[in-house]
Amino acid sequence: MNSTIMSFANVTFTYAPENETVRPAVQNLSFSIQNGEWIALVGHNGSGKSTIAKLMNGLLFPQQGTVEAMGQIMSEGSLWDIRSQMGMVFQNPDNQFVGATVQDDVAFALENNGVPHADMVLRVKESLRQVKMEEFMDQEPHHLSGGQKQRVAIAGALALKPRLLILDEATSMLDPQGRIEVIETIRELRKATGLTVISITHDLEEAALADRIIVMNAGQKHTEGTPEEVFLSGEALVELGLDLPFAMRMTHLLREAGVPVAKEHMSEDELVEELWTSYFKK
Amino acid sequence: MDILLQEVGYSYAQDTPFEKRALHDVTLHIPSDSYTAIIGHTGSGKSTVLQHLNALLLPTEGYVVIGDRKLQSGVKAKNLRPVRRQVGIVFQFPEQQLFDETVLKDIMFGPLNYGVPEEEASRRAHELVEQLGLPPEVLSKSPFDLSGGQMRRVAIAGVLAMEPDVLVLDEPTAGLDPRGRREIMDLFHELHLKRNLTTVLVTHSMEDAARYADLVAIMHSGRCVATGEPRDIFTNEEQLQDYRLEPPRSIRLQRKFEEKTGIMLDGISLTEEALAKNIALALSKGRDLI
Ligand SMILES: Nc1ncnc2c1ncn2[C@@H]1O[C@H](COP(=O)(O)OP(=O)(O)OP(=O)(O)O)[C@@H](O)[C@H]1O
Ligand SMILES: Nc1ncnc2c1ncn2[C@@H]1O[C@H](COP(=O)(O)OP(=O)(O)OP(=O)(O)O)[C@@H](O)[C@H]1O
Ligand SMILES: [Mg+2]
Ligand SMILES: [Mg+2]
Repeated sequence: MNSTIMSFANVTFTYAPENETVRPAVQNLSFSIQNGEWIALVGHNGSGKSTIAKLMNGLLFPQQGTVEAMGQIMSEGSLWDIRSQMGMVFQNPDNQFVGATVQDDVAFALENNGVPHADMVLRVKESLRQVKMEEFMDQEPHHLSGGQKQRVAIAGALALKPRLLILDEATSMLDPQGRIEVIETIRELRKATGLTVISITHDLEEAALADRIIVMNAGQKHTEGTPEEVFLSGEALVELGLDLPFAMRMTHLLREAGVPVAKEHMSEDELVEELWTSYFKK
Repeated sequence: MDILLQEVGYSYAQDTPFEKRALHDVTLHIPSDSYTAIIGHTGSGKSTVLQHLNALLLPTEGYVVIGDRKLQSGVKAKNLRPVRRQVGIVFQFPEQQLFDETVLKDIMFGPLNYGVPEEEASRRAHELVEQLGLPPEVLSKSPFDLSGGQMRRVAIAGVLAMEPDVLVLDEPTAGLDPRGRREIMDLFHELHLKRNLTTVLVTHSMEDAARYADLVAIMHSGRCVATGEPRDIFTNEEQLQDYRLEPPRSIRLQRKFEEKTGIMLDGISLTEEALAKNIALALSKGRDLI
């Protein structure tokens, strides 16, 4: 199981190769992601996250360094094979839609991958059901609400039954319950199929659910580690423009208000438990 | 400036085979100088309501009053320019409102279009870019050669540059990093307080609705099903559940604390800071008892 599915080795990419005064969007970046992992990629606006996603699926090629995916070095030659095993949801779903109806849109990439018609119809239905958009099959994707568009874009990626799913702020416009439902659906899928997930997000509660977090800062990797490791760096994270999960913020606010809290709590239940035992269970 | 939606119905693509009903009988009053949050799940009609606030969409039933203008369904609306100047909308997707060659031109376009002198428009653009946490180099870049969160900031700057009387925000923090989110929400709130800017915010963040708004409206299946003050809306848990919403995190944690300890806190913690204070107070009282 412990095989690498995606890795960057000393990758540098700039949008302005002719202008050396412009800081590269991604600079000397290395990491490796194992089969079946859930990775959260976080960082301030403009720190290079979407650029990384585009390097991962060969929309962009680095000026220096190597991108390796599914055991192959990313190149013009390997690109299509790599992409066929990857589902990608872009930051703005409108840029992604190609079909005239929701179902055509979800079917489009399947058709490109040579999925037989009967199988395709089933997969389109199933993935739209997974994101609760089956009622909207015949609607034009551009004529949906913001959250509905995001759901359809996610269905398009799920229908591919990818080995690797890359989500670029794919749930940013869903209501809180809808967001939890979608994340839960993907977690179940991962359990059942061993799917690898790379999720770019500003939602630190979501990042806290990942196996590992990679923190970007100004095009460079700042840290990487388990959520506990990353969030324990506390104020350093806030200085990078990020924040802590709610339970940790509450822990700090309680201390400021004069309530001694011993542990750094990542979960609300544990925080309440500590307050309860230290004050009342005497 | 007051805005009123009275029994408004709206259908997209009316009288075509693709007709799609989005609003039913919506009555909503946005009082002058208020800060109103509109919440509701995906597809409930929030963005459709917002587009009525500056006559981008005209009601197919009922009427809308914007300041001294009345827009009635079935009556042709003329010269909507003044309305568009007074009510500025930040759209749900920033790409929908960016269009010019450079960020500077994009931000200056609105003010210039409404007769603000070139020098003043440029001054506003430079000041806003800084206030919104963008590096000055972006001014000469194309707005489409930016990251998602940077585009969002430019779109917001473009609307603020017009200095509208009413600011309408459709999920303005989607795509912003946590610091940007806090700073920009604080900036809107400061403008609301200092300039009496009437503010309407559509948000999926119950925390933001509870912290900033003085009025909350719930949309559900194209209807406006409830309006009230945050403390009333967010303590009516049955109603929230009916509409698939939940209270902000601070209230949920308050409930957990109360359940576990049997101690009821004073009041309702609409923010994290309030919750920390309320718990500290309860615990210090508790200690006196022991
Ligand atoms: N098409 C482009 N042309 C030129 N520069 C670009 C382009 N797209 C992005 N950039 C720049 O590259 C840097 C990294 O952008 P990127 O989109 O990767 O950031 P991000 O981490 O995804 O940010 P966000 O959280 O705002 O989405 C930014 O400084 C941005 O301005
Ligand atoms: N241009 C359009 N043409 C046809 N139907 C539309 C159009 N835009 C929205 N709708 C439909 O109208 C209903 C309300 O959409 P609206 O965009 O107002 O929802 P919303 O509350 O803003 O949702 P979200 O939180 O997902 O942005 C939805 O069912 C949607 O599919
Ligand atoms: Mg991005
Ligand atoms: Mg919307």
